[in-house]
Amino acid sequence: MLTLTCPYCGVAACETELAPGGEAHLERFGPGSSDADFEAYLFLRQNPHGVHIERWRHAMGCGKWFHAVRDTVTMEVFGTYPAQTYGPPEEIVAKVRERHPDWQVPEGGA
Amino acid sequence: MSSRLSHGGRFTNPSKRLEFRFNGKRLQGVEGDTLASALLANGQMLVGRSFKYHRPRGIVASGPEEPNALVNLGAGARFEPNQRATTTELFDGLVARSQNHWPSLEFDVGVINARLSRFLPAGFYYKMFIHPRPLWKHLYEPFIRQSAGLGQAPKEPDADGYEHLYAHVDVLVVGGGIAGLQAALAAGRAGAEVLLIEQSPHWGGRAPVDGVMIDGEEAGDWVNDALQALGKMTNVTLRDRCMGAGIYDHGYVLCYERLTDHDPDAEGPRHRLWRVRTGRVVTATGAIERPLSFAGNDLPGVMLASAVRDYIVNYGVSPGDRTVLVTNNDDAYRTALAVHEAGLTVSGIVDARAAPEGPLVQAAQEAGIAIHAGRAVAKVKGMRRVTGVALSAQAGEGAVLAEIPCDVVAMSGGWSPVVHLWSHAGGKLIWDDASAAFRPDAARAPTGADGAGFVIASGCANGAFEASAVLADAFEAGARAAAEVGATGDPGKAATAEAPEEEPLQPVWMMPEGASAALRRKAWLDYQNDVKVSDVELAAREGFESVEHTKRYTTLGMATDQGKLSNINGLAVLSQALGEDIPNVGTTTFRPPYTPISMGAIGGEARGELFQPLRRTPIHGWHEAHGAHWEPVGHWRRPYCFPRDGESVADAVTREIRQTRDSLGLLDASTLGKILVQGPDAGRFLDMLYTNMMSSLKPGRCRYGLMCSENGFLIDDGVVARLSDDAFLCHTTTGGADRIHGHMEEWLQTEWWDWKVWTVNLTEQYAQIAVVGPNARKALEKLGGMDVSAEALSFMGWAEGELGGIPARVFRISFSGELSFEIAVPAGRGLEFWERLLEAGAEFGVMPYGTEALHVMRAEKGFIMIGDETDGTVIPQDLGLHWAISKKKDDFLGKRAQERSHMTDPARWRLVGLETVDGSVLPDGAYAVAEGLNATGQRNVQGRVTSTYYSPTLDRGIAMGLVLNGPDRIGEVIAFPTIGGAPVAARIVNPVFYDPDGEKQNV
Amino acid sequence: MSEVTVSEAGPRGMVTIRGDLGEIGRIVAGIAGTAVPATGRVESAGARAFAWMSPDEALLMLPPDELAEVLGALNAALAEHHALAVDVSDARVIFRLNGPGWRDVLARLTPADLRPAAFGAGVFRRTRLAQVAAAFWLPEAQVAELLCFRSVGDYVRDLLENAAAAGPIGPRPD
Repeated sequence: MLTLTCPYCGVAACETELAPGGEAHLERFGPGSSDADFEAYLFLRQNPHGVHIERWRHAMGCGKWFHAVRDTVTMEVFGTYPAQTYGPPEEIVAKVRERHPDWQVPEGGA
Repeated sequence: MSSRLSHGGRFTNPSKRLEFRFNGKRLQGVEGDTLASALLANGQMLVGRSFKYHRPRGIVASGPEEPNALVNLGAGARFEPNQRATTTELFDGLVARSQNHWPSLEFDVGVINARLSRFLPAGFYYKMFIHPRPLWKHLYEPFIRQSAGLGQAPKEPDADGYEHLYAHVDVLVVGGGIAGLQAALAAGRAGAEVLLIEQSPHWGGRAPVDGVMIDGEEAGDWVNDALQALGKMTNVTLRDRCMGAGIYDHGYVLCYERLTDHDPDAEGPRHRLWRVRTGRVVTATGAIERPLSFAGNDLPGVMLASAVRDYIVNYGVSPGDRTVLVTNNDDAYRTALAVHEAGLTVSGIVDARAAPEGPLVQAAQEAGIAIHAGRAVAKVKGMRRVTGVALSAQAGEGAVLAEIPCDVVAMSGGWSPVVHLWSHAGGKLIWDDASAAFRPDAARAPTGADGAGFVIASGCANGAFEASAVLADAFEAGARAAAEVGATGDPGKAATAEAPEEEPLQPVWMMPEGASAALRRKAWLDYQNDVKVSDVELAAREGFESVEHTKRYTTLGMATDQGKLSNINGLAVLSQALGEDIPNVGTTTFRPPYTPISMGAIGGEARGELFQPLRRTPIHGWHEAHGAHWEPVGHWRRPYCFPRDGESVADAVTREIRQTRDSLGLLDASTLGKILVQGPDAGRFLDMLYTNMMSSLKPGRCRYGLMCSENGFLIDDGVVARLSDDAFLCHTTTGGADRIHGHMEEWLQTEWWDWKVWTVNLTEQYAQIAVVGPNARKALEKLGGMDVSAEALSFMGWAEGELGGIPARVFRISFSGELSFEIAVPAGRGLEFWERLLEAGAEFGVMPYGTEALHVMRAEKGFIMIGDETDGTVIPQDLGLHWAISKKKDDFLGKRAQERSHMTDPARWRLVGLETVDGSVLPDGAYAVAEGLNATGQRNVQGRVTSTYYSPTLDRGIAMGLVLNGPDRIGEVIAFPTIGGAPVAARIVNPVFYDPDGEKQNV
Repeated sequence: MSEVTVSEAGPRGMVTIRGDLGEIGRIVAGIAGTAVPATGRVESAGARAFAWMSPDEALLMLPPDELAEVLGALNAALAEHHALAVDVSDARVIFRLNGPGWRDVLARLTPADLRPAAFGAGVFRRTRLAQVAAAFWLPEAQVAELLCFRSVGDYVRDLLENAAAAGPIGPRPD
């Protein structure tokens, strides 16, 4: 049962106050895109055993979507940040690299 | 015979007598007894039967690890099966019955299984009941069901109340023995907010029983001092009868508090489930003594050595006059001395070690107790309880050297740290050779949000067994936990203890070492599930090398005690059989809860009226008062129809439809979602959300729209009204309001965050009432106020004003095919407006109608219903809704997906109307069959029914369905097989059955 | 036996405001007559309160007879901004928990941290109450007010009364 701090309202929210939204920073592919791109956008996910960037909504709270960077194995949370961006902020990337020096921000859309 | 000792026990008050019943017999106990101690005091050693062989079973333990003494407790609405007698506090009037026997505990027919035990080895059920297949249903399954499960299921609703409680603390200390107290003292002094819980009603754990001296005083006195000191700390909370049930991610811990089990007539909830968030957990959960594996170790009278000591010291109960100790370690000598000091006879200590020595051994010798070194119990004598033991050399195969008559065999195979909580959230274990046990590996603790370990094991639970080591370890744990959560105070100093030094134990996994196959078949590992040494060895021979597989094949550790006694012994036997080291074989997974917790506690307040939220419209009370027949829709309850006295539900629906089509009906449509979408980019945004064009809608007009997921499938539909240049009001389905509002916010926040659009979910601000039928306008005109004439308010228009003095927004939309106005008024005036409409409509015979009339009327018009015609695999094109899919737009959610080859496949199932040839009503969900069989030998299908009703308007069954190439097959008759009846023939027709030109709604 | 009473607060005018509060917060506060609430907080002045709901959403609570005038003023003042103000007075209900045990009542129902350091006067906590969304704050000493959607008002009242009837958590009677 995770606790994630909502970056908008600062509340340390219990998982039961949150709604999960899966992998973050997917690039949307619309009309005109190739079958492969569209399939990847809709269905292909990283599902990593380790550092993962996820979307969460503070559903029982301020209602805002945010992103969390966490380790799916150790449960460590490296940080949360608002959803209106294309990648994690530098300070969170640096925090991840303290534990996983070789970690790279995954390419969007798998 | 077990009996009450005259000197009393630490916990008991012999002056306060309590009456209770066991299997109908009236018995007496004393205040402070557990049911187990009271049964022993009454000479009741036999307390149940084992699961598989129905072997007689006696009390083995004195705590939550007890596998045998499970009872049906209480009666009627307070009946509960599988309650452990050892953790059930006695109260006046307690009623218990033993389990798993017929007709009685003493004479049990099922014991025949024991005679057949040679033929019922591990995996018997898997091997026996597979073939022949046809026997499964009528022979094997009923047999297995009959013999499955212990105890009985309660038959009445639970009379008690339960609750949850959320708590946030810095440090949770689980276990109120000297380790837990010491850890709490350290963390509390350092200034952390501490919650200290103890599963039993007694603080101090084993130390007072074991005669430990702490800081120069007796352990019991030190415990009282510690409790007083903790009680004075405002940052420390103490709860007894409260068990740490499970540890989960990020410091979430469930604790199970039993508030009134010991006093069932007390006020308030019976159990409380604590849902704790803590920075750190200190587990001070102690250790559990292991049995020894020797033949006949399951006979009533064979007990854990520590339990024998507990019953004598804590409860003043003698388990028997003559006790033989069997051990591989020094701790059991404490029991010998306790038995001796109680004035009972120790008939000998059988010690597997060749040359036991040390202060405890010496004390036993000085007390004149015979020690049989290097010896083993070859077998226990007795039928229904112990009458003696036969001794052999531990190193041998079991040749009997001597026999000792006795009533009790007190065994000790060493102690296993209680590592359950540590393991729940992923803490790893290491094997400790010295104590022959798994203990927490501090380097591999469960990690929390900060990446650091959040569980700290301490004391015996951490493998520190000697009292001074326990206190030092627990102090360290408490101080560290406090420091790690930011407490900066001085944790003080660790207490110090004096206890006799102990010699190392000798691991003993089979007694004697080279025991014959016959002896191994009588040496029990799991008492409750009847798993023996021979079963685990058989599993190993048959290739079950993984401990998890062996567990499931043999059922070792799968009983209600979850292997608290059997786990380590079982995997030691397995590792020997496999020729592996124990750490290489590993343990099975420890899962919460630590011991079973009540279903009531899990449910908390969520039962009866509070089981789930019931959403009520502003008119709900009126519906209730007027006999609504309810239909659950999401969390709402909507009237299905309003049957009158003596009227059937079907007749009521028919009446409501006829009256609405002929004159006037009212529908409470308040549950429909109403979402305000406003801003300069609102039109552009809705063009992306709906398949059709919304930006071209004129203010004052309404348009029906479809919403698809990015996957192309229909997710919602409804009418959009343009309120002004930059504002739209989007109506959603009843179930869609919150979901669609969330959907909008998701796209706005995560994809188009630069678009200038705001949404507000106004669903609950308004009551919405549909006024439907040829007389709808007349009724509104009677109320007076705004102009609702066809000229002022044409079909698919909306207007704002007042009706009967109530502010109203009127939408001229129709889901029934009749002249219809949907009118939104402030929710607080909804009931008033509803009643005004009934008054105004009285002269037209106005009738409220329910959801079924709504459904039938929309089906007569061929309108789709989300959830009936759609099921998450249906695209608008399947439903003939091409007209609502814009071809002008470059993009909308779902557009790309609808271009996929499968979506554009001409051979999809498409919406049609279905008319039965005989006029009957098709069964809901029926499939139309086609020629031939599919790859799995089932009939091919070519369509299915999505909606089906009796239409009063047409006086025949009508249906909608999805049929392969359906619209191209109008007029064709296809067959729908029914369950247990003849197939029904239905003709494919246009889905619009009523007023296809829309003349009635557009007046 | 309960040391907490549960009652429905009288009718209250409520206005939902959407807009960047960094941009329009002061305009709204000027009309409401309160200070601008910081993140997660509520500011009140007399019978009016201005609550932070999210970075771009606020809730104004005020006496019902002041609603029309305030809403009109808001609409006029916000016309030049990308913002909206809408009457939601009928969409929600407000309950009052009165008595020193209010914390014990809420602790049975919400995962929110209610310790004084996390939840004190001025905090406006949006969270979950059993199975529904709710928000609560402390308008005066020993009083908590709680907001939920109208349709679940009966459910929430029953929850609160049930939790209040269970009495204090504290040490047990024995």
